Amino acid sequence: MTRLSAGGRIDRGRELRFRVDGEEFSGHPGDTVASAMLAAGRIEVGPSIYRGRPRGVVAAGCAEPNALLQVHGDPPEPMLPATCVDVRDGLSAETLSGVGRVGRDPDPAVFDKKFAHADVVVVGAGPAGIAAALAAGRSGARVLLVDEQRELGGGLLDGRAFVDSRPAVEWVDRAAREFVELPEVRVLSRSTVVGHYDHNYLLVAERCGERTERPGPGEPLQRLWHVRAQRVVLATGAHERPMVFADNDRPGVMLASAVRSYLNRHAVLPGHRAVVLTTGDSAYATAVDLLEAGAEVPALVDTRPDPPPDLVARVRDRGGQVLSGSVVVGTSGAPRISAVRVDELDDDGVPVGSSREIACDLLAVCGGWSPAVHLFGQAGGELRWDAVSAGFVPVRREGLPEVIGAARGTYDLAGCLAQGFTAGAAAATATGFRISAPRVPPASGDRPPNRQRPLWLVPGESGSPDQWRDHFVDLQRDSAVADVWRAVGAGLRSVEHVKRYTTISTGNDQGKTSSVAAIGVLAEALSADSPGEVGTTTFRPPYTPVPFALMAGRARGKLHDPVRTTPMHSWHVAAGAVFEDVGQWKRARYYPRDGEDMDAAVQRECLAAREGVAMQDVSTLGRIEVVGPDAAEFLNRMYTNGVAKLPVGKARYGMMCTADGMVLDDGVALRLAEDHYLVSTTTGGAARVLDWFEEWLQTEWPHLRVRCTSVTEQWAAVAVVGPDSREVLARLAPELDVSNEAFGFMQIRDTALHNGIPARICRVSFSGELAYEINVAGWYGLATWEAVHAAGRDLGITPYGTETMHVLRAEKGFVIVGQDTDGTVTPLDLGMDWVVSSKKDFVGKRSFARPDTARTDRKQLVGLLPLDPGEVLPEGGQLVAAEADRTPPVPMLGHVTSSYRSAALGRSFAMGLVRDGRRRVGEVLQVPVGGRDIGVEITTPVFYDEEGARRDGRQSR
Amino acid sequence: MLRIRCPWCGERDEVEFHYGGQAGVAHPDDPHALNDAEWGEFLFVRDNPCGEFTERWSHAAGCRRWFSVVRDTRTNEVRAGSHVPAARKPVAP
Repeated sequence: MTRLSAGGRIDRGRELRFRVDGEEFSGHPGDTVASAMLAAGRIEVGPSIYRGRPRGVVAAGCAEPNALLQVHGDPPEPMLPATCVDVRDGLSAETLSGVGRVGRDPDPAVFDKKFAHADVVVVGAGPAGIAAALAAGRSGARVLLVDEQRELGGGLLDGRAFVDSRPAVEWVDRAAREFVELPEVRVLSRSTVVGHYDHNYLLVAERCGERTERPGPGEPLQRLWHVRAQRVVLATGAHERPMVFADNDRPGVMLASAVRSYLNRHAVLPGHRAVVLTTGDSAYATAVDLLEAGAEVPALVDTRPDPPPDLVARVRDRGGQVLSGSVVVGTSGAPRISAVRVDELDDDGVPVGSSREIACDLLAVCGGWSPAVHLFGQAGGELRWDAVSAGFVPVRREGLPEVIGAARGTYDLAGCLAQGFTAGAAAATATGFRISAPRVPPASGDRPPNRQRPLWLVPGESGSPDQWRDHFVDLQRDSAVADVWRAVGAGLRSVEHVKRYTTISTGNDQGKTSSVAAIGVLAEALSADSPGEVGTTTFRPPYTPVPFALMAGRARGKLHDPVRTTPMHSWHVAAGAVFEDVGQWKRARYYPRDGEDMDAAVQRECLAAREGVAMQDVSTLGRIEVVGPDAAEFLNRMYTNGVAKLPVGKARYGMMCTADGMVLDDGVALRLAEDHYLVSTTTGGAARVLDWFEEWLQTEWPHLRVRCTSVTEQWAAVAVVGPDSREVLARLAPELDVSNEAFGFMQIRDTALHNGIPARICRVSFSGELAYEINVAGWYGLATWEAVHAAGRDLGITPYGTETMHVLRAEKGFVIVGQDTDGTVTPLDLGMDWVVSSKKDFVGKRSFARPDTARTDRKQLVGLLPLDPGEVLPEGGQLVAAEADRTPPVPMLGHVTSSYRSAALGRSFAMGLVRDGRRRVGEVLQVPVGGRDIGVEITTPVFYDEEGARRDGRQSR
Repeated sequence: MLRIRCPWCGERDEVEFHYGGQAGVAHPDDPHALNDAEWGEFLFVRDNPCGEFTERWSHAAGCRRWFSVVRDTRTNEVRAGSHVPAARKPVAP
């Protein structure tokens, strides 16, 4: 056991038992899985992803590249760093080789979302962040302090610093109590700012479920905060860097700061005989703490020839050895480290070649510190290389978050406190809460990583860089110096390209430990003067991985998207309708009777519409009121056909195009008064058309006196279709003369139904049959639907859905915008020249004269009859010439847009867009499907009642 | 997510808005007077500067009004546009 007998921020009063890789461990509240494993003397985790090399715990936080867990459960949680998973009783996990497994079943846990505004958001609760939040919070500003760890303090918890001559953790505790008392300050611990987006928009992943051992029923496991901040202060700290030397991936090679964290936070001694390797001052504290905890330090290896004498003395006084101007050039062990080879460095930082071996069971490495500038980078900030602190630091700019403390290369405690107080006060003041920065208390203790001598690449004892396959740069991706050399050898120079070629920094740790080390190696490979010449890769969210289930939150299943239903929806449900989604609308697709499949139901519904009477809920059609003295002029510019001279009380089918001449939408315009139109749109196009109208009215023709209002939801509508529809209407609307002479095609009548419901009835048809559309106020929708159904019961009135509607209209060759068109189709391509006015101008007209639009061999709408009348073509099927060579790319002549089986025709049929289609009528093309060809004959697109004889219904009534 | 100031409603999140592309590209008064190249230019060609760009937005989930802003495409900094309301052609006050 390597648990120290005293110290640490763990609750020794409770013991928690858990299993990793089948082995039983115990730990205490305050332990992570990694710290508890280390306490039991286990440092090794799963082997590496590609090369199967033994690996061990390296870090103490979210930067861990090796110790990834698959936590068992329902569902399992893959790829969690053991350094971030708290121990809990009964936890079971296995270590991974860089690849986890997601569960098969949906995650039943609750994931929540929350939206918040803050005056000041402070990210990171180390000394700088706490100081900033204190200063800002005391002003009365609304402050959010976000920190990824379970307790506040950041690096102060790992070390032995003092504030006001008292241990710094006491200052942290006092601050935590003050935060509770400040009413506008909220502290989110166990919460990671994973994304920093434009204009101070932050995404915070809060692991609220970790605060209890198991969340109660309905309580969220995690919560995603969307936070808009006026000011953001980033106190995100820094990550310690490993060093690149031969066999630097051996279990027992750890970051020096991680060793110190395990010692002081968890009272765990990760090794008994530790070599410390450093390029600066900070790792001396690790050596001192190791010695004081009872470990041997046979060598503190410092790359600098002249380390500060007081630090050297501190190590030697406690029985440790210091080797200055030296470096570790290799390790050995089976597999855990048992010895290092140490060599002296010459003035150029090259080992002189007289290495000696030192036995050890731990190597604590500090290759320098890299400010955690990820969020600053995401926010669009630029970085510069700072030679003094040997790191990439943020470049300040107005409009970007203020970065303080280690995140900007300031490592001394007094400096962090001063920057925090100043930045916090400034941020609050900028949001209108005036306050000056508090006095900075005296601070002492840990030495910052001053005066570094970075060594980006420790040469191997033999061979050349292109052969150094065991000098690891990215442990998680198993990438080594040889890979970087190969990338450079392949001609790559940009760090972005090298990253993608080598996959360095693309693991789920996103290169928190490896990225700057890789840049250093690349700088060596390119013989650049400093890593600053190479630059960094782009920082993108998320900072740490987040589950998809958290992104989804509660917007899953029925809550994924809003659902719109018509007033008659309950009737359709009771009638057993099968629904389809049209935009957000639920529309009845067909109404199967006992044992019917869709085909059978649609055949029956179609026959009723063609031979008797049928009814459809058409409430979902978009409706826009267009009102004003210039309404007629305005619509005349929008529609391809004329609507200005449309008489009051009449309806007209119309089409609209975008400026490039392509079909935008279609529908029926009713003229209710000289200055009042009611325009209908397709179900899916309603919002788009209203936007389109508004755009033209506001930005091009603001002088036109027109107002548009969406009234889709205010109306419900029932289409009554078929030769017997006149009879049904006569029963429904006793005051109305329904004769063909009195109520002609495309006319509108306002009347009252027999039950007193006021109705507007339009004689329009989308099936070619005699048909009426009964429009009533939305709240009368269900009553009207039931009244229509009752009135036609003895005539066998048949409710039908969208599938039958599609078949009926396709038999007549009527297009559906968005199904038979796709934004590249003009009205002329559809053969609808009759809807294009030659007399007036309208939006898009000029484009019909463009050479490409005027071509006569464009894709045109045609009918398609499969040679086998029983064969229904798949919509989207490609049309190719029979003689075409089938070696890709096969020339595509067009595609099938609509395809059905027709009861009226007694066969299958389809429509499609075919290049030069109108000239091909009579030709036979092939639709290759699943390895066979279906032959189709090109026809004109009207299959049924071409002369329009059925529009007026039965002749005698 | 951008924070955009609607001249009528104030600052709101980008999700409330629809993007309308470059501002100041007016529909020609008489498109038929343009040759094909000029008409094609109007239809298809827009500026794509690295820097300040005057663009149109519609407060689609709010007041439904169009307006224009100046956005720096490098930093996404946004300030009020020169012609509000955002006519595609500037409107005389």
